[in-house]
Amino acid sequence: MTFMERLLAWRNERGAFGFYAVLLATAVLVPLLNLAVPEGSPLHMSTYTVTLVGKYMSYAILAVAVDLIWGYCGILSLGHSAFFALGGYAMGMYLMRQIGTRGVYGNAELPDFMVFLNWSELPWYWQGFDMFWFAAIMVLLAPGLLAYVFGWLAFRSRVTGVYLSIITQALTYALLLAFFRNEMGFGGNNGLTDFKEILGFDLKAPGTRMALFLATALALGVAFAAGRMITGSRLGRVVQAVRDAESRTRFIGYRVESYKLWLFVFSAMLAGVAGALYVPQVGIINPGEFSPINSIEVVIWVAVGGRGTLYGAVLGAVVVNYAKTWFTTVLPDIWLYALGTLFVVVTLFLPQGLVGLISKLKLRRGAA
Amino acid sequence: MKGPDVETNMQLRRNQQRRYRGRFALLCRPLLLFMLWLGGAVAWAQAPAGNEFDTAVASLPTASYMDKEALAGQIARSGHPQAQALLQGWLDGKLYADASGHIWLEGEGGYVDPASGSAGKVEADDLEKIGTNNRLRKGLKGMLAQFALASPTASARIRAVREMRRELDESAVAALQARLQQETDAAVTNEIELALALAELQAGEPSQRLAAIASLDGDRSAEVYNSLSQMASGDEADADAQVRAAALAAVRSIESWRSFYQGVETLLFGLSLGSVLVLAAIGLAITFGVMGVINMAHGELIMLGAYTAYVMQLLLPNHIGLALLLSIPVAFIVSGLAGVAIERGIVRHLYGRPLETLLATFGLSLVLQQLVRSVFSPLNRSVQTPGFLSGSLQFNDLLSVTWIRLYIVLFMLIVFAALWLTLNKTSLGLKVRAVSQNRRMATAMGIATSRVDAMTFGLGSGIAGIAGVALSQLTNVGPNLGQAYIIDSFMVVVFGGVGNLWGTLIGGMALGVTNKLLEPWVGAVMAKILVLVFIILFIQRRKQGLFPQKGRAAEGH
Amino acid sequence: MNVPHAFSRLIPARLRPSPRSGDVFERHNPPGLDLSHNTVLYLEDITVSFDGFRALNKLTLYVEAGELRCIIGPNGAGKTTMMDVITGKTRPDSGTAWFGQTIDLLGMSEPQIAQAGIGRKFQKPTVFEQHTVFQNLELAMAGDKSVWKMLFAKLSPAQLLRIDEVLETIGLKEHRGALAGVLSHGQKQWLEIGMLLMQEPQLLLVDEPVAGMTPQETERTAELLLSLAGKHSVVVVEHDMDFVRSIARQVTVLHEGSVLAEGSIDEVQNDPRVVEVYLGEPRC
Ligand SMILES: Nc1ncnc2c1ncn2[C@@H]1O[C@H](COP(=O)(O)OP(=O)(O)OP(=O)(O)O)[C@@H](O)[C@H]1O
Ligand SMILES: [Mg+2]
Repeated sequence: MTFMERLLAWRNERGAFGFYAVLLATAVLVPLLNLAVPEGSPLHMSTYTVTLVGKYMSYAILAVAVDLIWGYCGILSLGHSAFFALGGYAMGMYLMRQIGTRGVYGNAELPDFMVFLNWSELPWYWQGFDMFWFAAIMVLLAPGLLAYVFGWLAFRSRVTGVYLSIITQALTYALLLAFFRNEMGFGGNNGLTDFKEILGFDLKAPGTRMALFLATALALGVAFAAGRMITGSRLGRVVQAVRDAESRTRFIGYRVESYKLWLFVFSAMLAGVAGALYVPQVGIINPGEFSPINSIEVVIWVAVGGRGTLYGAVLGAVVVNYAKTWFTTVLPDIWLYALGTLFVVVTLFLPQGLVGLISKLKLRRGAA
Repeated sequence: MKGPDVETNMQLRRNQQRRYRGRFALLCRPLLLFMLWLGGAVAWAQAPAGNEFDTAVASLPTASYMDKEALAGQIARSGHPQAQALLQGWLDGKLYADASGHIWLEGEGGYVDPASGSAGKVEADDLEKIGTNNRLRKGLKGMLAQFALASPTASARIRAVREMRRELDESAVAALQARLQQETDAAVTNEIELALALAELQAGEPSQRLAAIASLDGDRSAEVYNSLSQMASGDEADADAQVRAAALAAVRSIESWRSFYQGVETLLFGLSLGSVLVLAAIGLAITFGVMGVINMAHGELIMLGAYTAYVMQLLLPNHIGLALLLSIPVAFIVSGLAGVAIERGIVRHLYGRPLETLLATFGLSLVLQQLVRSVFSPLNRSVQTPGFLSGSLQFNDLLSVTWIRLYIVLFMLIVFAALWLTLNKTSLGLKVRAVSQNRRMATAMGIATSRVDAMTFGLGSGIAGIAGVALSQLTNVGPNLGQAYIIDSFMVVVFGGVGNLWGTLIGGMALGVTNKLLEPWVGAVMAKILVLVFIILFIQRRKQGLFPQKGRAAEGH
Repeated sequence: MNVPHAFSRLIPARLRPSPRSGDVFERHNPPGLDLSHNTVLYLEDITVSFDGFRALNKLTLYVEAGELRCIIGPNGAGKTTMMDVITGKTRPDSGTAWFGQTIDLLGMSEPQIAQAGIGRKFQKPTVFEQHTVFQNLELAMAGDKSVWKMLFAKLSPAQLLRIDEVLETIGLKEHRGALAGVLSHGQKQWLEIGMLLMQEPQLLLVDEPVAGMTPQETERTAELLLSLAGKHSVVVVEHDMDFVRSIARQVTVLHEGSVLAEGSIDEVQNDPRVVEVYLGEPRC
């Protein structure tokens, strides 16, 4: 093995190992600090912080989804916020139905906003969402199906590169406009909110919050492992071959369209799961989640962390979102400057992101 | 974002309408009382004329809105030489009362006594405006129209007749009949006859009404339509069956014309929306189409242009029109220089990596937005419309179009032509095309490609700035202005065919018209969604857009 | 061939008697290659035009099973375009293209054609630069290439052996772990040939294989191609006349999109028309 290759392999293994270690530590420490350490103690972690970390982790799942399709397959999807939001809405619809008679209007069947709009019965597409298992399936199915139909059309007609980026952006923009409409039956402008409980547990209870946090951590672990399984397999190598030389891959006998399609669908479902975990933690889902800017932001998380490495994507999601939280509380006016500059700096100077920077620094120190 | 705002606005408006409808019933009762009272007031006004004008003027400060209308009538009929000036001043909001209840009219040089026209010394602080409401304004306009009926110019008389027929009461009919006797101008005569026919619709004899309907044939104004449709059916339908049938036929004919003109109007709206899209997209057609560079900050370059128009107005507050005209070249320079800076600073390092360019320029767009928020304000700014752009062109009773819509089409065509000539008839254009077709060959032939790149990018960006000036006349200028147009612009360019100016023109127009045609059917937001979905599907069928670029390079191998 | 050359041109390939002519309609799931008439490729009356410019003009060409055919012609003669047509990259405006007796190439996509047994080396070497040499070969390896299979694919010992064998053949054994992107131009050429070998195609289309190679490497390439002929059919496009001379038995000259001459290298070189369009310039 050449030096370069060994370095690559080492980087990947070390990165993945590091990821699992950090995830495990988080999953053990956070509950300890939150539940076991008494409230007055300086070591105590507030439920607010737990939720924040949980939110970051659901973003990390989204970043893994985007990295799979962009970092590994070269498809710059600017529509992943749509899949994220669809997963979120599926979960939101379940949570909405769980409210039951506790809504402002006390209607057992209809969510408040439908009563407000004078609707007399539940639309057909809301049927079944009172059951968790059904909602869980829809969390995967809704984004998956949209990705399948869209991808089937786009990849079959070989729409690639910026064209694909632009039409994915148009897709999420169209959905944004659609979900703003009250007539769509998803709560219009306000979206879905005021959730009360999930699977019978009070959403405000610290225990439930902790369970959601742990579920997100688990999902992130599974998503990461699944991503690694795919990228480490020959399938992953084909996908990367598609990224680097699409038509060449075709000429050695790979049906590029199906590779792209299935990866896209998988990635969309992962984004849906991320959305579904995000919604009960933040307590709201509204059409703003569809906005094209969100999609591009996810891309920048991945770029900052280092695309083409899954742990890089996770790292980027956490770092950028932490920065966002910090800026928006301390220096809200500076945040967009920082984010914008980040885009420029990363694309110009850090094509491999933080991960690339770290290994470059190590390499230099090793040489010195 | 723009779309949702539009919808919430519409919703608000709908809610308001619902509320108004409720209020209407409440309003009706006092209105009836008012009518009864008016009868009394008129009788009172016919009492010894003497100082009718002065008494009416004197009671103005304390009068309620209901009284005011009667007083206005009194003033109008008084025959006082200052009556018209007073009523006009009242309508324009220039009539005041001081603390002692004396009435003052605000004139050019100060406040004057309305009866004598002599100036008086009053403090503006002490004055209270004699208010008007909608109903009163309508009444005042009618009265002023009667004065205008005696105006020396025919067009003013025609306007006066039109104004009067909105409210054809007895005095108006009498005034019109009197005027008809002396009128010499054929057009005015015709107009008066139509107005009288409209009044005749209420005549006692069915034959008279039939004749009136017949003579109103061809008049498609709202008043005629309303009167006729009232006669044709409903609670107040005409008693005579023949008259009803004639009225119905006339109503039908007006309706079919109405829908025709509505179609024409939709088309015009579509063309003007299309022009906006083309203007917004055409700069992109250069940077994306000719150079293959994805500039996500294009929308912000448009925004810069719009802010330039805003700043120019701040600098020249007394010459709004001039400021706007000057902003066109200034915005071109501002956005163009910004474009050159973007190209030199960022895009240049990313040629051949379109996805990275997309991300970097997107970051830049965030910075520019925030910059504008910091420098100006996060709030929208409104840029004033100069006189020559406001108002509307009245084609006929059923069709009028605001000038701005027509100007925007014209403006777009001029910009398009200028750009086309630049690209096809100048040496810069030749170089641009050479570089876009074969960069290496162009270099070999001694073209300074990097300079051409910068110039091309600057050109596209400058055009975006010009588009911004145009947009400043149509929407509010704010930090999100660019975002609202960037997706649309990309859609237009991709739909029309990358690298093809004509494609952008036709694509933009087609999308604009389609959007407006759909709107009456499905609503504004849904129309937009449908157009987006259509483009998404269209790109699958024809990757290269309406007008594909030719050659091996176009395939990207 | 059983049918005399001149005669065979008059009858479209798929109308010629064939024991399995009924399979013609199974386009998308190509059955095994039928070489019962000893002809592996039939191109007939192929016309390709780009905006009115005819890159191929009623091109008719047959390649026999096991043959090594050289195709020469001036720049822009349409050689690469012909390969594009065979491999499904470009759809011709008219004409027919058959692979063996039963496989209609014009109804198939690029991967289907590749899976049916046509391999191609591009004029501009394109390897997967972010993959190692070994992975490049692994990717090219013949076999079921469906998504699901790839997720769980493991190399069998036989397959490993095969990759090693090819690595040996193309002389990149020491570089098996190197990223393909760091290889030299010549090494990339070899790697592409290696990938072609891994595909185990029936028909190899090789576009300018020795451009950028040293004389020794060129010689090795010639040996390799010669050794392949017989088992496989090989079509080589090359401008290097010495190389062509060293391998060619049958040479076809393309000019302005159609066949100008066909025959042994000597026959072709002495054909006055060929001399005029192609070899007329002083030979080097
Ligand atoms: N996609 C395309 N669009 C337009 N013209 C094309 C396209 N592909 C090929 N051509 C033209 O068709 C002609 C034949 O090209 P081709 O690449 O087949 O030539 P060639 O024989 O391979 O030449 P060389 O020896 O230089 O490789 C050329 O004139 C080329 O410009
Ligand atoms: Mg060639």
